[in-house]
Amino acid sequence: MSPEKPDSTTKQRTVFICQGTGCVSGKAFEITAALKAAVTELGLKDVNIDYTGCHGFCEQGPVAIVEPEGIFYTHVTPADAREIIESHIRDGKPVERLFYKDPATGEAIPYHKDIKFYNMQQRIILRNCGRLNPERIEDYIAVGGYASLTKALKEMNPEMVIEEIKRSGLRGRGGAGFPTGLKWEFCRRAAGEPKYMICNADEGDPGAFMDRSTMEGDPNTVIEGMAIAAYAIGASEGYIYIRAEYPLAVKRVRLAIQQAEAKGFLGDGILGSGFSFHIHVKEGAGAFVCGEETALMASIEGKRGMPRSRPPFPATSGLWGKPSNINNVKSLATVPVIIARGADWYAATGTEKSKGTCVFALTGKIANSGLIEVPMGIPLRKIIYEIGGGIPGGKNFKAVQTGGPSGGCLPAEYLDSPVDYESLTAAGSMMGSGGMVVMDEETCMVDIARYFLSFTQAESCGKCVPCRVGTKQMLDILERICRGEGEPEDIPRLERLGNDIKAGSLCQLGQTAPNPVLTTLRYFRDEYEAHINEKRCPALSCTSLISFYIDPDKCQGCGICLRSCPAECIAGDKRLVHVIDQEKCARCGTCLEVCPARFGAVVKVSGETLDVPAVPTPVKEKPKAAAA
Amino acid sequence: MIPLVEDTLTKADVQDKLGEVFSHYQGERQELIPILQETQARFRYLPAAAMREISRFLRLPESTVYGVSTFYAQFKLKPLGRCIIRVCRGTACHVRGSGKVLAEIEKQLGIKAGETTADMEYTLETVACIGACALAPTMTIDNETYGKMTTQRVAEVLGVTRKA
Repeated sequence: MSPEKPDSTTKQRTVFICQGTGCVSGKAFEITAALKAAVTELGLKDVNIDYTGCHGFCEQGPVAIVEPEGIFYTHVTPADAREIIESHIRDGKPVERLFYKDPATGEAIPYHKDIKFYNMQQRIILRNCGRLNPERIEDYIAVGGYASLTKALKEMNPEMVIEEIKRSGLRGRGGAGFPTGLKWEFCRRAAGEPKYMICNADEGDPGAFMDRSTMEGDPNTVIEGMAIAAYAIGASEGYIYIRAEYPLAVKRVRLAIQQAEAKGFLGDGILGSGFSFHIHVKEGAGAFVCGEETALMASIEGKRGMPRSRPPFPATSGLWGKPSNINNVKSLATVPVIIARGADWYAATGTEKSKGTCVFALTGKIANSGLIEVPMGIPLRKIIYEIGGGIPGGKNFKAVQTGGPSGGCLPAEYLDSPVDYESLTAAGSMMGSGGMVVMDEETCMVDIARYFLSFTQAESCGKCVPCRVGTKQMLDILERICRGEGEPEDIPRLERLGNDIKAGSLCQLGQTAPNPVLTTLRYFRDEYEAHINEKRCPALSCTSLISFYIDPDKCQGCGICLRSCPAECIAGDKRLVHVIDQEKCARCGTCLEVCPARFGAVVKVSGETLDVPAVPTPVKEKPKAAAA
Repeated sequence: MIPLVEDTLTKADVQDKLGEVFSHYQGERQELIPILQETQARFRYLPAAAMREISRFLRLPESTVYGVSTFYAQFKLKPLGRCIIRVCRGTACHVRGSGKVLAEIEKQLGIKAGETTADMEYTLETVACIGACALAPTMTIDNETYGKMTTQRVAEVLGVTRKA
């Protein structure tokens, strides 16, 4: 990022529009077209309109950045295009109303580099995302792309590459954190030909989108990482298995492969060496379990994606029974940087056992949702309150969920613990693929546990009994508790079942499925007890356990709730206090949403009944001053 | 077990479109999933007659083709509506109220998730995550993503496709 002030005399400028999935849904294509039209209309010569992949700050989307000065625009619409070009590009006056506003102070921040969300991050994996055009390989080459592959092929033998990755301390970013270099070494040493190099881009965890953003924003780095890995293990064929739900990622990866082939970075005799490598794209067909490596390989073979027991590990017997190595998108995106800058440089970031950076998809009840990359070991508090900007609406933090359906919910007392593989596992959660969902006081922890179980239960492939039947039983119990039909014995029952499923399941899906339940039982047991013993949902979230009432002291008889109620269960009339028929009420909360804030007459309660009149009564007269 | 739909399509009806699909493939087992994906893209579901032809083309038992087709969520054995609405039920969307959005769509279309309207206009599905979590709650109509959904916006968003 250029440090100088905006300067209308700067010769060539570029307006980069984000064209990641998030911003595209906010009309990024139309904005690009409108900007181009404005440039043509005004006859400007010294400006380019270009696009990038995801910046990670999807909450503020569609976003645009004007280089070289680094002015950052948020919530851009096609209607803003003309003003950006006219005022900023032509007259040198940046459009202030589109600047990012700090959620805490409300201060407008013009420069990308001054925005806390970005300047507290350290981007290695996402280094190019939002900085270059992902559909032009030349842009990637211009920032040093494919230099690492060239270096590996010309200056290093495969053993040296493996040694470098081992020394860097890089661990698998897909969840379990197995050392990447060691994995490569196992595969290199395994007997059998051919060998396969596979990239796992089946990002199925709900609440995670970093692999999608990496592939959409910088597909070449993944391809370069795959080629270096293939060289290290001795593979000549590679597969990249991408979720079919990510059409834009599929498109950009395919395009990058074509361009890399044309430039000689893929194909036969790469860069004049004896090394050949071909990459095939396989689209997933919607099965979460295919993120498990043996299931993923079965799926590439055209079979049902069911895991098998290990050993034999894929390194010795993987795809079609041949030695195979499988790495996550983020691990592979890191590889070119390690080769370029060296293992020591990489290992200088992070903690003793968790090196480098980790990417999180920060979502949920948080001011700045988006994709972030931070050094391993950073405290959770820093992520949530400084980068994430805290909880919106003045609500209180309750928990943070990491690791998706395999992870757990951590309470406030963990806010100061470091984020790394070991600390998260010790707390009962896991790093997983990097989803980080923030929950506030309105999130019911029993409902969250039920939600995750309903997901894993539906995605269980059905091969082994503990997972297939066990998750179903756990889900039934959780649904009962949420309906207010729980029994005190349900808590030990859930714990026993959860531990048995963890111990007895074939693959990580089942082995980790109980984690959301076990961690919420560990840290939020009082919420389970309230649901079971008092039939009360402390977060006022479980529909069966809440009721809505209209406060007779506050209702002014305006009739908005009566007209909006979809269940037609509100009685009342002008100047009469309205009354909700508790029998007919569907507990949708519409009345609470529509009741004007100046009255605030609708209340939501759980575990109690309020004493209100059964039929409409005249509105209580207010003192004159307040009424006026 | 998921029943095969007894439709009126015969071998002759599927042959033309399938011939084109098969021309892109060698007839190897690993091609089963891509073939099913391409077949579904043409028919908007997997007709029983087409599945039988695929099993012949790949020299695989019909049970294997059926097994793979029913394992993956992407494959549908029933004809889908003209517009496919997918409501994201991912974690971020869940905590930001996607359940209410889904209920509102179900109410407006008069169908439940997984069903198709009688006029074959809309199929309503839920998905685990579409990876646009920062815009939660989200939904897609065909390949168009709609973010920051509210129950109030449902009619507006559905209206877009009604006009089309």
